[in-house]
Amino acid sequence: MNDPAASGTASKPPTLTQRWWLRVRSQPEWVCTPLMFVVIFGGWEWYVNTYQVSELILPAPSKILVSLYDGLANGIYVKALMVTLQAIVLGFLFSAAMAFILGTLISQIRLLEAMIYPYVVALQTLPKIAIAPLILVWVGLGIESKIIIAALVSFFPMLVNTIAGLKSTSSDKLELMLALTASPTKTFFLVKLPEALPYIFAGLQIGIVLAVLGAIVGEFVGSKAGLGYLIIQMNYTMDVSGMFAVLVILGVMGVVLNTIITLLRQRIIFWQRTDVSAI
Amino acid sequence: MILCRAVSKYYETLEGEKIHALADIDLSVADGEFVSVVGPSGCGKSTLLRLIAGILSHTSGDIFVRGSQVAGPRRDIGIVFQTATLLPWRNVLQNTLLPVDVQGLDKNTHTERAKSLLQMVGLDGFERKYPFELSGGMQQRVSITRALVHDPAVLLMDEPFGALDALTREQMNLDLQRIWATAKKTVFLITHSISEAVFLADRVVVMSARPGRVLAEFKIEFERPRSLDVMGSPEFGQLVTKIRRHLMVAGVLD
Repeated sequence: MNDPAASGTASKPPTLTQRWWLRVRSQPEWVCTPLMFVVIFGGWEWYVNTYQVSELILPAPSKILVSLYDGLANGIYVKALMVTLQAIVLGFLFSAAMAFILGTLISQIRLLEAMIYPYVVALQTLPKIAIAPLILVWVGLGIESKIIIAALVSFFPMLVNTIAGLKSTSSDKLELMLALTASPTKTFFLVKLPEALPYIFAGLQIGIVLAVLGAIVGEFVGSKAGLGYLIIQMNYTMDVSGMFAVLVILGVMGVVLNTIITLLRQRIIFWQRTDVSAI
Repeated sequence: MILCRAVSKYYETLEGEKIHALADIDLSVADGEFVSVVGPSGCGKSTLLRLIAGILSHTSGDIFVRGSQVAGPRRDIGIVFQTATLLPWRNVLQNTLLPVDVQGLDKNTHTERAKSLLQMVGLDGFERKYPFELSGGMQQRVSITRALVHDPAVLLMDEPFGALDALTREQMNLDLQRIWATAKKTVFLITHSISEAVFLADRVVVMSARPGRVLAEFKIEFERPRSLDVMGSPEFGQLVTKIRRHLMVAGVLD
């Protein structure tokens, strides 16, 4: 017997609602992800309005959005963002370069490892943020102190990952290079370095997050400009929705920076398709 | 071409235990000869290959390759390891050319050579593929072209087909015979497959369990080129049985 429903769907092209329903069934994230967003922020808005929560404690998402728009329109956010971004990027790049150079030296030269590594470990256990006031005393309130703090905070994970990566070369590949009479330099550039790249990039991904943290903390401790400075100022004037707006900007900036590194990683380490992004 | 005289090797484990890996190995391989070595696992046959390659040092005795004493890794030797050990960030052609990059040889002439080698192992058209796009057998073929690209006089192979499935392995045996005939290299092949050893070699060397010694040598006289049908012949079976008996008498077959 012919099933009328089956023959019906087979002959007629599915209607718009049917197609939509099929899409939802096969890829529920298309509906569920926006739904989650609506639940969180709708719930927040509803809670704040219903229970009359003071704007000084928890502003509604709509208020934050207005603050964000105002700040973006009059340009103070962009100006502050540029200052902070500069500190983050410069600090991160300097730190990454130093971590790579020092990590290479430590991993390749035994004597240097014995001489330097104990201090590295000792400094690693120290909360770097505690040094921030000292840095400000030394270099002042300008952007230099933020660059240094961002660099300092992001340095160690990148150093440790560089060392771990350069020491993880498989013995098979080292034996191959030995058999081919490769010089240490050739072995480094042809095998050790490319093999260390996944580790190095994992370090960069942690490092960029910490560089953001370092720059903001530096601005908290003492500064004349930047997003961290803005948060402190808004704190004094009780502009809580403004503070939330800055947090939104910080969040977006963090995601963008992390995405840049992830894209670079996929581009450079093309032979590794199993990418687990850190943090 | 290769000459080992009273070669012994001791080494220490991490626990400080002294291991006698090879004892008084006397062995010679003539120019252009194909010699296979069979022996139980752990008998030190891979160690022997590494001593000849100069990537391990022997404790006593002498090893000569082409008349000169082996004192370290050398450029007139090509090695194929048990795993292909390709560099995943280099494509097939670049992997083949690794010795050229390492040893600073002329890139242009060797690129031509690499391409003809890849053609010889049936990988033409795969030059731009990456190792992760290749099967295990194809990867091992690439590692053979890498071992041959700098035109070494000697090819050392350490259980090169051990990780491959039986069908691929037979195909690789046929291909290796052809490569050996075309490239005219001296080949020293370590294997734990007796039939593979007999099928490929001019001479099969049988080694004992640790400390490894040379138990016996068998000349293999089948006409070349050999087809896989040789394996079905009674003479082949008798040889394999004889070699297996030798290993069993020494109590070394698991």
